Amino acid sequence: MGDTLREAWLIAAKDLRLEFRSRTAFLSSLAFTALVLAIFNFARDPTVLTAADMAPGILWITFSFAGLLGLNRAFALERENRALDGLLLAPISRSSLYLGKALSNLVFVGLVEAVALPLFALFFGVPVLPVLGPLAGVMALATIGFVAVGTLLSAIAVSTRFAELMLPLLMLPFLVPPITAAVQVTARLFAGRPASEMLGWLKLLAGYDIVSVVIAFLIFEYTLDE
Amino acid sequence: MRGLARAFGPVRALRDVSFTLAPGDALAVFGPNGAGKTTLLRLLAGLLRADAGEIHIHGAPLLRSSAEQRRRIGLISHASLCYDGLSAAENLEFFARLYRLPDPRGAARQALADVGLADRASTLAGTMSRGMVQRLAIARALLHQPDVVLLDEPFTGLDQSSAAALRDQLARLKAERRTVVLVTHNLDEGLELASHVAIQVAGRFSECGPRRDDAASLRARYAEATARG
Repeated sequence: MGDTLREAWLIAAKDLRLEFRSRTAFLSSLAFTALVLAIFNFARDPTVLTAADMAPGILWITFSFAGLLGLNRAFALERENRALDGLLLAPISRSSLYLGKALSNLVFVGLVEAVALPLFALFFGVPVLPVLGPLAGVMALATIGFVAVGTLLSAIAVSTRFAELMLPLLMLPFLVPPITAAVQVTARLFAGRPASEMLGWLKLLAGYDIVSVVIAFLIFEYTLDE
Repeated sequence: MRGLARAFGPVRALRDVSFTLAPGDALAVFGPNGAGKTTLLRLLAGLLRADAGEIHIHGAPLLRSSAEQRRRIGLISHASLCYDGLSAAENLEFFARLYRLPDPRGAARQALADVGLADRASTLAGTMSRGMVQRLAIARALLHQPDVVLLDEPFTGLDQSSAAALRDQLARLKAERRTVVLVTHNLDEGLELASHVAIQVAGRFSECGPRRDDAASLRARYAEATARG
């Protein structure tokens, strides 16, 4: 296990170094986030819908689509110069490769969310600070499942002709359970509801994380076969 | 390797290919475009799964799950297998760490010096010329001192000095008694190194064995085999 973690870290560190050197995906995701939030904010009729009604759904839609931009890049950069062959030739396990990619995706999506959250609070005037701790917990739970599934599917999508289009098509159906649960918990957090009302949804999120991480870990090996 | 076969849908890219090489042997596989040469190399590298047949290195079967077996292989292909956004030294150091070399930084420096890129260590791979990128690809492939070196049309797109640097590296591999498999459609390039030759057409070897005759008669047989198809 130590070897797997060490190799995963090498791959994640390489990916993050490449990303933060170019900042292409990170800046694109942030620009996308700001635009989506601005559009939703100005498109909303405040006399019909309050910000509190819409905010949880918009928050998670924004996170999901911004995250997808980053996930697309995870294996796209391995396509460049067939670098993936270099990784597959190296004496490392494919589990290390999956873990490394998942780790770099987790950092990437986490950073995008960390920057997007203040923007969201600014646009929608939702009091995020009083619920920041629990909200960060929900974000972490939902992001783990999102990244676990997204890393697996981006490895599948990258070998297809229209990888950038294929990833959202493959991924969105898998996002329904975690996004629904995250929206429900977030709405209750903003409304100041008791924790007992969120417990079922939190269990769903945790269960989704466990199942998606285990399944992705087990079948990743077969996704890169030609 | 024995009875190796691989198809992609209805296309049979490789059909019943067998050969045996000893340490220090260099096999040049000649074939026209579409003959299945790259498929052969990718199977030998463990990057593709064979439909039939088996590959042994030092008597042990090549299993894709075996890290030790993969450590014995180095691949030089059309592509550099390196990252454009990393410098030459960063690329090699990354791979040196994946191969668990004892001194990754030192190994990267030495590998760059071996291919004449010592003064380009901090140059981003994406800004290098084709010749320099190919030298970097050679350094990456030989970084871990593999026993078996696979080369896929390695001279493609190289200028004279880069081609000369590659010839030096190939001569070194020969002197170090590493096993080399080179696929190319250029007979002159392949024959410089080859102790064994094979002609591959439409996924099959029409001949394979130690090199016995001169370039002219091989050229004639190659022309005949490709014309037959």
